[in-house]
Formats: sequence, C-alpha cells, structure tokens
Amino acid sequence: MTEKKLANSQLGSLEYDPAPESASIARLKPSYGLFIDGSFSDPSKHEQFVTLNPANEEVIATVAQASAGDVDAAVAAARHAYETVWSKTTGAERSKYLFRIARLIQERARELAVVETLDNGKPIRESRDVDIPLAAAHFFYYAGWADKLDHAGFGADPRPIGVAGQIIPWNFPLLMAAWKLAPALAAGNTCVLKPAETTPLSALILAEILQQAELPPGVVNIVTGNGTTGAALVDHPGVDKIAFTGSTDVGRLIQQRVASSQKRLTLELGGKGANIVFEDAPIDEMIEGIIDGIFFNQGHVCCAGSRLLVQESIADEVLRRLVRRVEQLRVGDPMDKNTDVGAINSAAQLARIQELTAFGEGEGATRYTSSCVLPENGYWFAPTIFADVSQSHRIAREEIFGPVLSVLTFRTPEEAVAKANNTNYGLACGVWSEKGSRTLWVAQRLRAGVIWANTYNRFDPTSPFGGVRESGFGREGGRHGLEAYLNV
Amino acid sequence: MSKDDYGVKIPRTSTVPAVGSEAQLRALLTALSGVDAVGAEARAAQLATRSIKKSTKLAAIDLAISMVDLTTLEGADTPGRVSSLCAKALRPDPRDLTVPSVAAVCVYPDLVAHARSVLADAPVAVASVATAFPSGRASLNVKLLDVHEAVAAGANEIDMVIDRGAFLSGRLGQVFDEVAAVKETCGEAHLKVILETGELVTYDNVRRASWLAMLAGADFIKTSTGKVTVNATTPVALVMLEAVRDFAETTGRIVGVKVAGGIRNTKDAMKYLVLVNETVGSTWLTPDLFRFGASSLLNDLLMQRLKQQRGAYVRPDEFSGD
Repeated sequence: MTEKKLANSQLGSLEYDPAPESASIARLKPSYGLFIDGSFSDPSKHEQFVTLNPANEEVIATVAQASAGDVDAAVAAARHAYETVWSKTTGAERSKYLFRIARLIQERARELAVVETLDNGKPIRESRDVDIPLAAAHFFYYAGWADKLDHAGFGADPRPIGVAGQIIPWNFPLLMAAWKLAPALAAGNTCVLKPAETTPLSALILAEILQQAELPPGVVNIVTGNGTTGAALVDHPGVDKIAFTGSTDVGRLIQQRVASSQKRLTLELGGKGANIVFEDAPIDEMIEGIIDGIFFNQGHVCCAGSRLLVQESIADEVLRRLVRRVEQLRVGDPMDKNTDVGAINSAAQLARIQELTAFGEGEGATRYTSSCVLPENGYWFAPTIFADVSQSHRIAREEIFGPVLSVLTFRTPEEAVAKANNTNYGLACGVWSEKGSRTLWVAQRLRAGVIWANTYNRFDPTSPFGGVRESGFGREGGRHGLEAYLNV
Repeated sequence: MSKDDYGVKIPRTSTVPAVGSEAQLRALLTALSGVDAVGAEARAAQLATRSIKKSTKLAAIDLAISMVDLTTLEGADTPGRVSSLCAKALRPDPRDLTVPSVAAVCVYPDLVAHARSVLADAPVAVASVATAFPSGRASLNVKLLDVHEAVAAGANEIDMVIDRGAFLSGRLGQVFDEVAAVKETCGEAHLKVILETGELVTYDNVRRASWLAMLAGADFIKTSTGKVTVNATTPVALVMLEAVRDFAETTGRIVGVKVAGGIRNTKDAMKYLVLVNETVGSTWLTPDLFRFGASSLLNDLLMQRLKQQRGAYVRPDEFSGD
C-alpha cells in the first residue's frame, strides 16, 4: 500500500456542490432616498443612480444622488442636532446608543452580510466572518469609551469637534462606516456620512438600524452620490472636520480644498504593503498569510500585502507553493459560502487592474494566473502572481488594488528594509520569521503605520490603524482613534 | 503552464533518507520549518467553515463510513461485543446494503484472534493496538512481543504508541529505533504510529514526531490513543497532513493519516475531509490513506445519510449501539 505510486494529485477534488446564501435575505427596497434628520427623503433635484451587483451586472436598487442643496440640508441637520441634543447628551447616554447600534448590527448580521456581498462582490464568507462582526465590534468598543473620555489621555473633559463630514470607500462599505461613525459619536460629534458611489446600500441599512436604535434625528445623516456630493461636503463651511478614506489622488485634492479653512482633516489613503519573508519563517502559515494578504477581498484592501519580498534562498520554494495555493482558490459566485475570491467591484476598477497587469507583462515580469473559470457576466479578474519583478517596475510601485501579487527577492535584512521602504506609501508591512530579535530589528526600521509579525490583514477595534507619507495621517481604532474626533 | 503542473508533486521513485545516527536525525528534524500556532489554528478554523451540501455531502458521508476504524478499547470488552462490532463493521446498516463497509475494526491484542475468526475473509481489516497501549511504558522486548502476538493472531494493522517520555526528553534515536523495530516485527501488517499529540503539546513537536515516524517506516501516522484529555483536533490534523504531503514530495513515499478520539459526529468528519481535500488532495481521499478512529461516529454518519435521502431524521435507536 505505502509504496504504490500515485499520479500527481490535484488539490480540491472533492467537488463542493453550490452552497449559495439566499439573496432574498437582503430584503432590499427598489429605491432609497437620503437619510437626513432621522428620516429618508427624496433628493431635492430628483436625481437618482443605480447600484449594480458586480458579480452579474444586474441592477440591485436605485439610490438618490445628493445635490449641494441636499448636503447643505444634511449639514444643517447635523449642526442642529449637535447644538440642541448631542453635545448635551452625557457620555453614558451616548454609550447606550452605541451599544444598541452594535447589538442591532449583530441581530441583522445575516441580512447585512448578504447586502454587502450583493453590492460589493466580496465573498459571503468574508462579509459574514469579517466585515459585519468587525463593524459591530467597533461600535461595542467605542461604546465603552463614550463615558471615559476624561481618562483617554487627552486631558480632563475633552470636547468634541462638532460636525464631521465622513467620506468612505467601496472596499469595506459597512466596516468603514463603523470605523468613522463609532469614534465620532462616542466623542460627541454629529456626522454627515457619504458612502461610495458603487456601494451605498449597507450604509442605508445602517440608517434603518439607527432609526431602530432611536438615535436622535440629525446625529447621523447619510447622503449618497458620486464625487460631486463628496466635493460639496468637503467644501461646506458648516463642516468642522473631514475624515476621508480612499485613493491618494482624491486625498490630495481634499487636502488642497480644506487648506484655506479651519477644518480638521484625517486621511487614510492608498498603500503598497510589503510582506517580508525570511528563510526561517513558518512556511505553511506564511503561505496562507501571503495569500490572505493579497487575495483577501480581491486585493481591494488599502493595506494589502501587494509586494512580496522573499529571501532569495527560499524564493523558488515559496513561489512553487504560492502558485499551487493560488490554483486552489475558489473564484466565483460571491454568494456561495465556499467562494474564496469574488468579483471586482466595478468596471472602472477592473480596467485599472487590467491596464497595470498588462504593463507588468510588458516590463518583463513572469506571470502566473489561476486557471479558474471566470463567470461570463460581471467584473472578474483571476488571481495573479508576478515573479521576477524589480523595484523599477510599475507593478512594484503603483497600487493595483486588485488580486495581483508582485514578488521580489532580497538577500539581507538591510536590503529587505531598503526595498520595503522604497515607496511613496507607508500603510502596512508584514514580517515573517521565527526569530523575534530579527522581526523587531526589521519592524523598527520600516516606515509604515501598521506592521504585522507572522500574520497579515488582521484587524481589531482596539488597535490603531493608519498610515504615514502618501498613505495619509490620523489613526482609526483604539484610544488613538478618539483623537481624530476630539478638540485636543 | 498547465493546471497539472500545480498539484502535489510526488516523485515516482522512493528515496527516503537513511538515518545513520541520532545526531543526523536531530539535524533533519530541527531543520523542519516551525509551525506558527495562531496561523495554523486560523487556517483550520477557516476550512471548518466550508459548506458541504447535497450530493457532495452524500458522497462524503459514504467516503467517511469507508474510512472508519470501528473501535472498542475498553477493559470490559468481551468476545460478544467484538462479534457485534464485526457485524456492524461489515454491514453498518443491515437494511441498506448500499452502505459501504468500514475500513477496519480496532481492538486490543487479546481479541484479535476472535475478530479474525468472525470476519474471516471479509473485506474489513483487523487492527490491533499494541506496544503497551496506551501509555507505551514497557520495555522494547515486551512491546515487540505484544506486536508479534497480535500479528500472529491475524491482525492486518498494528496501531503502536511512541514513547512520549523519550521524545520529550530528546532521546529521538530511541523513539526512531523502536518504531523501526516494530515496523520490522509487523512484517506484512501495516503500521500506524500513534504520536499522542495531546501529550506532545506543541505543533512543532507534532511536525517533528510526524517526520520521525515516517522516516522510521510508519505506514500511517495517527493523532491519539483516545485515552488522554486532548485527542484529535483540526489544527493538529492540518500539521500532520502538511507533514505527509511534504514527506511525499521529498521522498516519493506516501504515508497515511489517522485521526482518532473525540470525532463523534458527521459535521466533525466533514471538517476533516475538507482538511484532507484542501491540504493534500484527492490522492489521500481513500481508506488506504485516511482513517477515522471512532466508535460513536458511525451511527451519526448513518443517521445523516438517511436524513439526506429521506429529508427527515430517524430516531437514534434505529441503529444498533455496539
């Protein structure tokens, strides 16, 4: 028995039958208005746009396009709520609302997960196990801070800033809303939130939850729309603070526009994270970490480990195992509970990924693409690894924001640090080694806001997150996250 | 590159390195990559969320039944109980002959002859625990005699325990020599080496003990005796599956894995099959290379099988207890 020679085996030959989550759980309405002053209203100019399911390009719902006038109404509602209600509400009271919101998110977790996957294209496994539980965890965490601000290290009785304008991206729609709203509300601010144009739905379900929680009208207002809505919010004189998560280009524009105002600003922008792998790394977990670092959420992660820096002595072995593992990823229907990699969020993003990967081939990198069969409709990109990449290649420098990994090699820790830091970004890095002293030596020299050791893409509300250099400034999460919403 | 270039690559010729000295063995084992406990547990937990439904579930249930080593290892075991076990092993559900037989019955050495006589030439193997099971605390001579008698009585498979005390105190050569001696005494019988991972505690130890057993000639590596507090867990199984995969890729020799202890229901069994499927692949999805050591698991598999066919559960008492 033991000596018999078998054919080379393919992984995953126990074929899994489809196990789709039901779309009807989403209970979506055909159209949504703007959430201003505690209730849904039609946009003043009656303009609307549709939001698509990126996995099949079908229309899921129609959403209001907020005009400058609508933004004005939202800011006025937020100002009124701030002055008459929220700034006079005690920390303990605010805490109760936040706990209530957190519990309601948990109660409606399945519905929210389905909405998120329909609107964003991410696998239901991720929205179910990561996005929604983490969003609830952020509300729980900051609920605990609301009545303890005196002890947060910002002096006695730190004051809120006022009205916060918050603009969030499409990659983690509900989670980013939670990252922005929870600390702002805990600190006593009121908010005008603008979700991303392609993923407005989970924020609108959150609006329903805020109603259920009986949050006073105007404390949170949600205005949907495209870039013009965001610009109106950024330029509005009634806004005291802008918090933005998104691309570095838009972040730069926002910083220019608020430069001549009194507005405070925090930016969480792009990245080109380096995952640094030493030869003594725990190899199986490291391979999983690299895969998770770049293919989690289709690589639509600002802190994605999109550059793999691998020690030359194990580069061939790591590449062989990585390619084998990529081939094993289950790409397809995001609603299937066994899907690992879902759809690209939009046609525009797909075009950007295609452009950069075509460049990568042109520049001479060696391309390995999963042989998975992609669905006919919708926006899809097969998981891809580029080997033989050098520092000067575009795919080693620019943020691709897709399921594409660039592999580079190094020989010494100094070279690894030099290559990791040779970027305009500075959001996140990973270090893989069983030798603690080396991990610390490397971590101290990396210029990045977040450094993971022997793991990647792990998030927790108690841990501050944010970047340096062109990855932005300000921190979200943890005690540090309060500072962005306190007048300190 | 074609898709075939990416699977698990097993060389066609077997080249297991000969181990000449304890120092060489130690160097081989300590050169193995470490295991990050947090990462291994996260990976096992992630695979546990796979959703196995419909025809996949039916096929997986039948596969799991065919992989069961139906076990009774109690001081109170009797020939009558073993006879009943053998009947159940052959025809797990006497009313439905499409249910496959299990892989083996697993008993103490003194009941091997009885089990052999009941099963006769039936396609169910007789497995026997041996080497002073479960503690392994006896001299090598006693252990080898234990094995010799079980094989002579008709055991097709021997489940030995390693000397955990020797392993943990670093006497790796002693453990290696014992496994090699037992393997020789087994003759034609297949050797499963029980690592007792609950007593090895760390995943690094599990990986090293797995390689040690395979280098010494194990046909199977097995998690546990079922007699200690911590038995088979999915992260331990993951680490052992990675070990057999890497060993096969390095040496060309394919070693099986048996998980034992605490696997009581179909859901647990499905988790292990998914682990096998996504860690080592189809080669190992056979009773020749993957086994469940269990007693109560079989009835739950039968119950879930009927549930899949009829759409409703039957009473647990529909199936025989022993």
